[in-house]
Amino acid sequence: MSAAAPQMATAGNDALLDVNHLTMRFGGLVAIDDVTFVAKQREITGIIGPNGAGKTTLFNCLTGFYKPTVGRLTLFNGGQPAYLLEQMEGYMIGKKARVARTFQNIRLFAGMSALENLMVAQHNKLMLASGYTVLGLIGLPVYRKAEKAAKEKAIHWLERVNLIDYADLSAGNLPYGAQRRLEIARAMCTDPVLLCLDEPAAGLNPRESAELNQLLMSIRDEFGIGLLLIEHDMSVVMGISDHIVVLDYGKKISDGTPVEVQRDPAVIRAYLGEEEKE
Amino acid sequence: MATMTMTAAKAAPTALTVALKEAGMTAFVVFMLCFLMIGFETQATQGQPLGFVTRFGAIAWGIVLVPLGRVALVLDRYGHAMPSLIGGGIAFLYLFGGAVISLAFDIPIVAYNEHIIGSDLAAAGGIPMPFGDPIVDAIFGLGALYIVVMAVLTLRRTAHGELTLEAREAKEGRSSARAKRLSLVLGPTLIVVAIIIPFTPFSDRGLIETLTLILTYVMLGWGLNIVVGLAGLLDLGYVAFYAVGAYSYAKLSLDLGLDFWASLPLAGMFAAFFGVALGFPVLRLRGDYLAIVTLGFGEMVRIILINWQVFTGGPNGISGIKKITFFGFPFERNAPEGTVTFANLFGLEFSTMHRVLFLYYVILVLALITNFFTIRLRRLPIGRAWEALREDETACRALGINPTTTKLTAFAMGAMFAGFAGSFFAVRQLFISPESFVFIESAVILAIVVLGGMGSQVGVALAAILLIGLPEVMRELSLYRMLAFGVVMVLIMLWRPKGLLAHREPTILLRRGNGRKKKAGALA
Repeated sequence: MSAAAPQMATAGNDALLDVNHLTMRFGGLVAIDDVTFVAKQREITGIIGPNGAGKTTLFNCLTGFYKPTVGRLTLFNGGQPAYLLEQMEGYMIGKKARVARTFQNIRLFAGMSALENLMVAQHNKLMLASGYTVLGLIGLPVYRKAEKAAKEKAIHWLERVNLIDYADLSAGNLPYGAQRRLEIARAMCTDPVLLCLDEPAAGLNPRESAELNQLLMSIRDEFGIGLLLIEHDMSVVMGISDHIVVLDYGKKISDGTPVEVQRDPAVIRAYLGEEEKE
Repeated sequence: MATMTMTAAKAAPTALTVALKEAGMTAFVVFMLCFLMIGFETQATQGQPLGFVTRFGAIAWGIVLVPLGRVALVLDRYGHAMPSLIGGGIAFLYLFGGAVISLAFDIPIVAYNEHIIGSDLAAAGGIPMPFGDPIVDAIFGLGALYIVVMAVLTLRRTAHGELTLEAREAKEGRSSARAKRLSLVLGPTLIVVAIIIPFTPFSDRGLIETLTLILTYVMLGWGLNIVVGLAGLLDLGYVAFYAVGAYSYAKLSLDLGLDFWASLPLAGMFAAFFGVALGFPVLRLRGDYLAIVTLGFGEMVRIILINWQVFTGGPNGISGIKKITFFGFPFERNAPEGTVTFANLFGLEFSTMHRVLFLYYVILVLALITNFFTIRLRRLPIGRAWEALREDETACRALGINPTTTKLTAFAMGAMFAGFAGSFFAVRQLFISPESFVFIESAVILAIVVLGGMGSQVGVALAAILLIGLPEVMRELSLYRMLAFGVVMVLIMLWRPKGLLAHREPTILLRRGNGRKKKAGALA
């Protein structure tokens, strides 16, 4: 883990995620081409770009679904040693580095109830409390207490995303917007330090979008965690992002505050179109 | 009502043309299927070359009757159920009734021929029926019954009006709730019946042995349910672990002289180890690919058992396996040196039934332990992780759940219970050979799980009673036993496609007890 030390100096004290010269090739196709940026703690970092710009590939590299061809992904987690995400096994990124994500096409446990979905998210904590099933099988109070606490937490999040009435319904039967909110709640139940959201506002109506903005900002302010946000809905991205990274054809073309990015001629040319020039 | 008659009037010409078209197609299919296979029957007569007789009469009847049934079903579909009901009813009464009368009163059945027309029964030599065979005519009669049932269902549906989507969903919810209520009542009832049945007057050795066999499959079904029902890993080689358990006990008892009770945990451990050993190479596989590899594994184990002569005894198997003891007290007429028999211990008259009954209760307890563990495991984090893995492996990984260990524990747990059941099988049969562990066993166990309704404990028990008990009961039908078995399977899948008792209860409820009510409120 000492290999991460030089990056720590360059990235600054409040850096949470340092993406350094990240490149991802699929055969001859370069999905991400030498992208470097820093996401800070207690900030919402928006990642925008036209379709096929490599946004979701970036997420898949971050959360261990792909192994990057080149580059270093460093996660700084408070006082603990930094994690080099590109070297970690897929599930360990969620377990140890505590990077949580949602998916573009919702991936809930459809046959299980909403409450169960949130309980599964707390698997590692509960597994430990159940003594890797042995103690739980006997029914020791240690496990029962841990399960009660986990349930409290799940209920807290169900109330927070306004799904408490749906708690015992199958997740797959919930309305679309509710499924999106449940997926965010499920990710938050893993106690993440970095929450990656892949198009959370897709398919939401304007009122639901506004509620989503409120939810994301409250998560940032209350838990002090960093959020990475892929989004096409500009009212969401521009409204709540502290910092925006723009990708186009796998390359980073702009990086800055929403106002800076909106004025950047490269972004206007590549993304917003020529007509938008003011 | 007015709109309905209008649509019917408009649909009438289409119904007729569709009916004629489908009837023509059906007639063609019947002809193609039957012309060679049924039309010609080879006959070997002593001293003469192989000849054949034609049976064009039967084909002609098939070409007339089957398309008529098709027409009836098409009419049903267009809402004209009355003609199908009447026609199907008459056909059923004639074909099925005739067959029943013939079998009951020993009157022969004859095919229609030129002698029958215009003469009486006695002259014809029996009841004239299309095919001249009670079973074939009865099967056609059952086909007519199907048409009658469909017609009645159509009539009921038109009387009540079409179900809306919401109504259908609510109905589905109700059926699920009914399955839940049924499970709640049925589960304890079955257990009580299982405990007291040996004391009822109609219990005899045959019944107890059949029940012991059924309970073995109930236990295997519950064990496989962990792998297939909960973790969603399609395992077609489950019988391999059953075999490992059986051979473990056989070898441990013969070579090391271990008692059944000492071998049981060891056999479970060996089987669990094999579960992990199988699990490792197939971790990356899903669905069909996993099924193929597990199928191969099952066969591999069997072939090793056949070929490893020195260790397993090869195709001859292992005989002379040690009998079960009542925790150290043998079930013998004469006590071996320095031991007390079970009968002496309790001051009873020696009876061979003691051992049979004891085996019955042992498997009952083992099965209930499997059930208890499965129910407990479902409510623990590992059980939830299994179900989550079944639903979406990618999401599991994103949540920090290790799919490797989760899958391996599912394989190991399922295999362990198969190992226990295998030891029991060995101690009951006292002889094992690779022939007992063929693929069809895996298929039957899987059928029990699927038929019972994946994940439903009571459903699995019911399915085991049906699948294992039914062939035993139907021995009387001899030749038609497997046919009847297949018909029952098809009917169940038509009637309850998700299994006998398809119902999934969440492992944790917001507030215990009123979860159902809350659900209804949320939907409204």
